[in-house]
Amino acid sequence: MFEGVPLQWFLITGTIMFFVGIYGFLVRKNLITILMSTELILNSVNINFVAFNKILYPTHLEGMFFAVFIIAVAAAEASVAIAIIINIYRRLINIDVEKMNEMKY
Amino acid sequence: MLIMRHELLLIVITVILLIVEIFLPDSQKRKIILPAILLMTCVTVVGFLPETPGILFGGMYQSTQLSMMLKNILNIGVLIIFIQSVDWLKQEQNKQKISEFFLLMLSTLIGMNYMISAGDFLMFYIGLELATIPVAALAAWERMKEKSAEAGVKLIFISALSSGILLYGLSMIYGTTGTMYFADIAPLITGAPLQVLAFIFFFAGMAFKISLVPFHLWTADVYEGAPVNVTSYLSVISKGAAVFIFTIILYTVFAKIAVMWSEVLYVITILTITIGNLFAMRQQNLKRFLAFSSIAQAGFILLGIIGQSQLGMTTVIYFALVYIFSNLGAFGVVGIISNRTGKENINDYDGLYRTNPNLSLVMMLALFSLAGIPPLAGFFGKFFLFTAAAKQGYYILVLIALVNTIISLYYYLLVIKAMLLNNSDQPIAAFKSDGYTRLGLLLCVAGMVIIGFASSVYEMVYHLSYGLF
Repeated sequence: MFEGVPLQWFLITGTIMFFVGIYGFLVRKNLITILMSTELILNSVNINFVAFNKILYPTHLEGMFFAVFIIAVAAAEASVAIAIIINIYRRLINIDVEKMNEMKY
Repeated sequence: MLIMRHELLLIVITVILLIVEIFLPDSQKRKIILPAILLMTCVTVVGFLPETPGILFGGMYQSTQLSMMLKNILNIGVLIIFIQSVDWLKQEQNKQKISEFFLLMLSTLIGMNYMISAGDFLMFYIGLELATIPVAALAAWERMKEKSAEAGVKLIFISALSSGILLYGLSMIYGTTGTMYFADIAPLITGAPLQVLAFIFFFAGMAFKISLVPFHLWTADVYEGAPVNVTSYLSVISKGAAVFIFTIILYTVFAKIAVMWSEVLYVITILTITIGNLFAMRQQNLKRFLAFSSIAQAGFILLGIIGQSQLGMTTVIYFALVYIFSNLGAFGVVGIISNRTGKENINDYDGLYRTNPNLSLVMMLALFSLAGIPPLAGFFGKFFLFTAAAKQGYYILVLIALVNTIISLYYYLLVIKAMLLNNSDQPIAAFKSDGYTRLGLLLCVAGMVIIGFASSVYEMVYHLSYGLF
């Protein structure tokens, strides 16, 4: 499907996704959006792993396996994060990070 | 004996506790405390039995004498935390959740054990995540408190971000070497630009976990919001395990670019010690105070890593061992006082010696050990760290660290002054702590005193460590 697409294109896509994720993590105010940003970061890593594996080292499947494990772990992470976010919503009726300022400095 | 014994035993007792929890009626949940502690004691004792080193899963899991010793250290720390948290677990609000506490703690411990034994970045990553995700659930433990939920959400997001950054670095390492095994990567690290970038990402990710400056901002908030026993777990066990594996990876995988990472560590060490100390001085809440003090202590640990020799790794492990006992002693006292009175500020401790002399003595010993006052183990820990760094010729760094030790003495003494010298109209009322708390604090004091004098501990660590040259 992706025959002939050079490695650089995948890496550029991955890098853009990574930094969009970091930007979103720092700038967004809604907890769910921040969670989505972290997923974006993890998926950029997946693109890198799969692209490296497919194009540079096609004989072994280590990169693919790593990507699969990252997806699984990200799901676990998201479930715990969402559980905590729901708890916060019940306390504050709000999931704005600006409201979570009880502890500072 | 069996390879992977530590992990298997922990998995077995986790499953046992899970099954026992199902069959316990709601009114008798407290009965799980004693079996949990006894089982953990068994695991700790069995962990000390000799074991033949070996590898499993084609090298993904490697068990060495060193990794077994590190696991034993972590086991002891977790056992002390279990003992110390009984008083808190018996409170009415925790009635339904007692077994969850043990299960989550044990699963993080399993993750740390796999992380320490990793011979492959995949195993390392899975261990790391298993060690961090349940801790976030533990930090958000007190469902009725906003602070606790805030701590939990901060911890889970920061750990997700830091593992993302770390993985991005790992993906570059994979791109340049084509393998994820530590042993195969090490000879292929040449210091090519992409590998240096990969190392920077990896370092930043690990620095979040160890809470080094400038990646430390989450530490104080999470430590303040989480329940005291979870805080002590985070500051001692989580940090200790991360430091161990960080040292191992730097010394094995990135050995060839040691010149580069020692420069990075040089700057980070100075920043971490100084900023940790300066911020600790202005804290009023004891948990925040101990959080910044633990950031500064992590900076001191870097002094050993920068030593790069066998001595360097020895001092890192030895200091971590001492730090476990000292910090758990301090957190134990803060925890019992917080449970009984709800007070966590330094001002509230005015006149504590008049009402609770034993507790204030334990606190004093723990803070002296953290500061590094001679008869206690903390002094030897810091002294060896300075030796390791000085042997490599980092005299200026050692000088800065020494100045910072004096600064740290100032703020540790502030707490001791509040307890022993200040008078208060309403001191914390005298109370009798239960047997578990006393046992926990006694173990900490024994550790602080004995490790300082028993040179065999240091010798044993030294024989198992290795350096770059």
